[in-house]
Amino acid sequence: MLISRRQPPGLRAAGPAWRCASFLIALGVLAPVLTLAWLAFGSGVGHWGPLFAHVLPQAALNTALLLAGVGTLVLVIGTGCAWLVTAHDFPGRGVLNWALLLPLAMPTYIVAFAYLDLLHPIGPVQGAIRWMLGFDSPRQFRLPDLRSMPGAIFVLGFVLYPYVYMTARAMFMTQPAHLLEAARTLGENRRGAFFRVALPLARPALAVGLSLALLETLNDIGASEFLGVNTLTVAVYTTWITRSDLAGAAQIACAMLFVVVALVWLERNGRQHQRFGSAQRMRAVQPRRLHGGAAWAATATAALPVLIGFVAPALYLVWESGKRLHQGGGISQGLVASLGNTLALAAGVTVVAVAAGLVVAWASRSQGTSLNRARWQARVATLGYAVPGTVLAIGLLTPALAFDAALAGAMGWQGLPLMGAGIVLVMACAIRFLAMPVGGIEAGLARIPPAIEQASRLLGETTGGTLRRVHLPLLQPAIAAGALLVFVDAMKELPATLLLRPANFDTLATWLYAEAARGTYEEGAIAALAIVVAGLLPVVLLARNQLGTTPAVTPPDTDPA
Amino acid sequence: MTDRSGPQGRVAHALLGVSAAWLALTALPAHAANDELTLYTTREPALIQPLISAFSAQSKIKVNTVFVKDGLLERVKAEGARSPADVLMTVDIGNLVDLVEGGVTQPVKSAALESAIPANLRGADGQWFALSLRARVLYADKNQPLTSFRYEDLANPKYKGKVCIRAGQHPYNTALVAAMIAHDGEAKTEQWLRGVKGNLARKATGGDRDVARDILGGICDIGVANSYYVGQMKSAKEGTDARKWGDAIKVIRPTFASAKSGGTHVNISGAAVAKNAPQRANAVKLLEFLVSEPAQALYADANYEYPVRKGVALDPIIGQSIGELKVDPLPLTEIAKYRKQASALVDKVGFDQ
Repeated sequence: MLISRRQPPGLRAAGPAWRCASFLIALGVLAPVLTLAWLAFGSGVGHWGPLFAHVLPQAALNTALLLAGVGTLVLVIGTGCAWLVTAHDFPGRGVLNWALLLPLAMPTYIVAFAYLDLLHPIGPVQGAIRWMLGFDSPRQFRLPDLRSMPGAIFVLGFVLYPYVYMTARAMFMTQPAHLLEAARTLGENRRGAFFRVALPLARPALAVGLSLALLETLNDIGASEFLGVNTLTVAVYTTWITRSDLAGAAQIACAMLFVVVALVWLERNGRQHQRFGSAQRMRAVQPRRLHGGAAWAATATAALPVLIGFVAPALYLVWESGKRLHQGGGISQGLVASLGNTLALAAGVTVVAVAAGLVVAWASRSQGTSLNRARWQARVATLGYAVPGTVLAIGLLTPALAFDAALAGAMGWQGLPLMGAGIVLVMACAIRFLAMPVGGIEAGLARIPPAIEQASRLLGETTGGTLRRVHLPLLQPAIAAGALLVFVDAMKELPATLLLRPANFDTLATWLYAEAARGTYEEGAIAALAIVVAGLLPVVLLARNQLGTTPAVTPPDTDPA
Repeated sequence: MTDRSGPQGRVAHALLGVSAAWLALTALPAHAANDELTLYTTREPALIQPLISAFSAQSKIKVNTVFVKDGLLERVKAEGARSPADVLMTVDIGNLVDLVEGGVTQPVKSAALESAIPANLRGADGQWFALSLRARVLYADKNQPLTSFRYEDLANPKYKGKVCIRAGQHPYNTALVAAMIAHDGEAKTEQWLRGVKGNLARKATGGDRDVARDILGGICDIGVANSYYVGQMKSAKEGTDARKWGDAIKVIRPTFASAKSGGTHVNISGAAVAKNAPQRANAVKLLEFLVSEPAQALYADANYEYPVRKGVALDPIIGQSIGELKVDPLPLTEIAKYRKQASALVDKVGFDQ
């Protein structure tokens, strides 16, 4: 039942070309992190006194509360809905199965803004409540303000739960039914079988989904700042911008990165000696049909996160855009150009990140018995996701532009060609999102039995040939999933784009940001809607890819160690 | 769906193909021609676009813009000698001083600039120039019986739970706190800031327009925000949200209690010529254009800001709802000196917590 992660001795390690390429990619990811460390250590810690006294304790507490709240919310919603959809049949299950992923297309800052407007005292919700209760002015009756810690947890939780839902659902789908049946015959009830068998078995998948959601929360700047929650990331930002202390900001960022890496390592270590294999041939869990009130209650429960995380804010954007068009503002030329730029940027980032992810995952896999030697490169490659976008961009500025200037000097070109062509921007985003393809492809590789590779090599194929002719076709779902995730996230990317883009280059996100910064949110609604609509297609494809109704041909061994 | 590598695989392939083609297409080195200039700005493009268009029409110089929100200094520094930036444009005296101290600007000597801009609104040696003024004013519920206001009154206990303002760490607010330090000293300012914090109706967050929105929503009665948003909101189309917010407020120009002269705190938008500007002559031309009478009138009409040049008419909406500006005579560079102290005070009293 267990699949060993180790390859049998006798397979030669990946060629030096693979290892070299993987090393270079890891180096690329390390460059901004090392620059940050250099910035941090380039200055003393004397100025930390006031920061320690007045800023960091509160910011750390806020961050911990926010992470705990969002973590709980995404685990409950994501796992709960995944189990509901996997083990039960109820009206609307087929649609909700994929619709539960839809909030992925929603940038958190847009949802935060939409809810502030919807739930504002002069917004529709409170207006309706006042009308029902017979009040005519918000001065007589108001609900608590959304701009608070609970408000931020609510917004982030309902937008980020799909990361957990996706991994949990994929895991539950491939869990063998006979394990649950065995639990039932041994006297567990359904609840016990879920909590004592299905849930512990899904731990690696839940950890992956949860860590993505928590890293998004940790690095979020738009929604937190907008809702008045001063997290450590906001502190990094204000220390840099308003306290004009880049070194201090880099020090906080490095400390945060250290904690993140330590936590991820602890979690991995915690399940290192556990194996989460599954049988080669098995029967998937068959959904149990619910009837009557229970069925409709299930429908309502699974529909609620979609309504809150996607439908309500999306309808709000449609309504605002309609209002805008009705009031005579058209869709400007600039917005159309931004859409083209956004798609081009997302596509460029996707191709670079997926190619790099494939190289890193393959090189770290093919190390024969000395697994750990290249494993660090795969781990390093995922660092980018653990750093806030602006901080990463700042760290990348110096090394990237130094390389750019050296290249231009050597070639006799004018100016900064890589920066000017947007290549630095593509690299920055690729580094930021590299974790997604690396994680996905590693997990995909782990599902392919080593025997397949051994057979290919015994038949005389090279490592590269084996990858191309055997593994690539088998990895297609994992690659497509990684590519789509990167594409969606690159479309929404704001901080790195703002800092690193070439002249006259607007994306939908920067367009929206500019409108919001100017205070003309109404005009931003159309840009926001465009981001969401353009993000929908990849999310729907992702849903079909991940949650197709048939179980996987090969059951996964999802230990993403 | 039995074949899992079906349609998604093809889409992924198509994506990869398109992306590769795009990379190949865009990877051409850019050249800056003589009839172009590159503008790095932290001001939102839509705000300065009318001015840029007018400049291009008049001078036949094409302006390439990059809107950089934060990190303008870091970017120009890292680009170094090869930077394409000609003009650096930003708001807030603190940001301009940062650019100068960061060594990314160069001195400019121009009779046109010096005659148009009063001496206290430009840097020594022409390292930076103010292009427009904005006042930090009081928005009040239009039913409030207020006719005059002092910044110190924001801490008055009678406004407990009635005050709205954006984040204390925002440069507009740290500049106001810095001005307060310059007028009243640090100890008094700290006490004042604690009082304001105690009066807040909601978290110090959001933007300046949210003050008007939250006044309409009954969350607060008064708040501090910049003057030009009043013009934007009150001139918005009838029936729009912005117009409703604008119509809910009246505006008062506050003064400092301790300053006999009775001026209002202002901030600036400004620009500098980049140290390594490839098109220095064009850069100076743009600055000179921006302080010319037609451009200053555009600042007033299109952006509802106060012109730096004397004798340029105000926008009628600003004239009506806020009126002629009497500027606090404290020099901007004096205020800039205290801004780190101000930022530290904001932290100390936990204003944004």
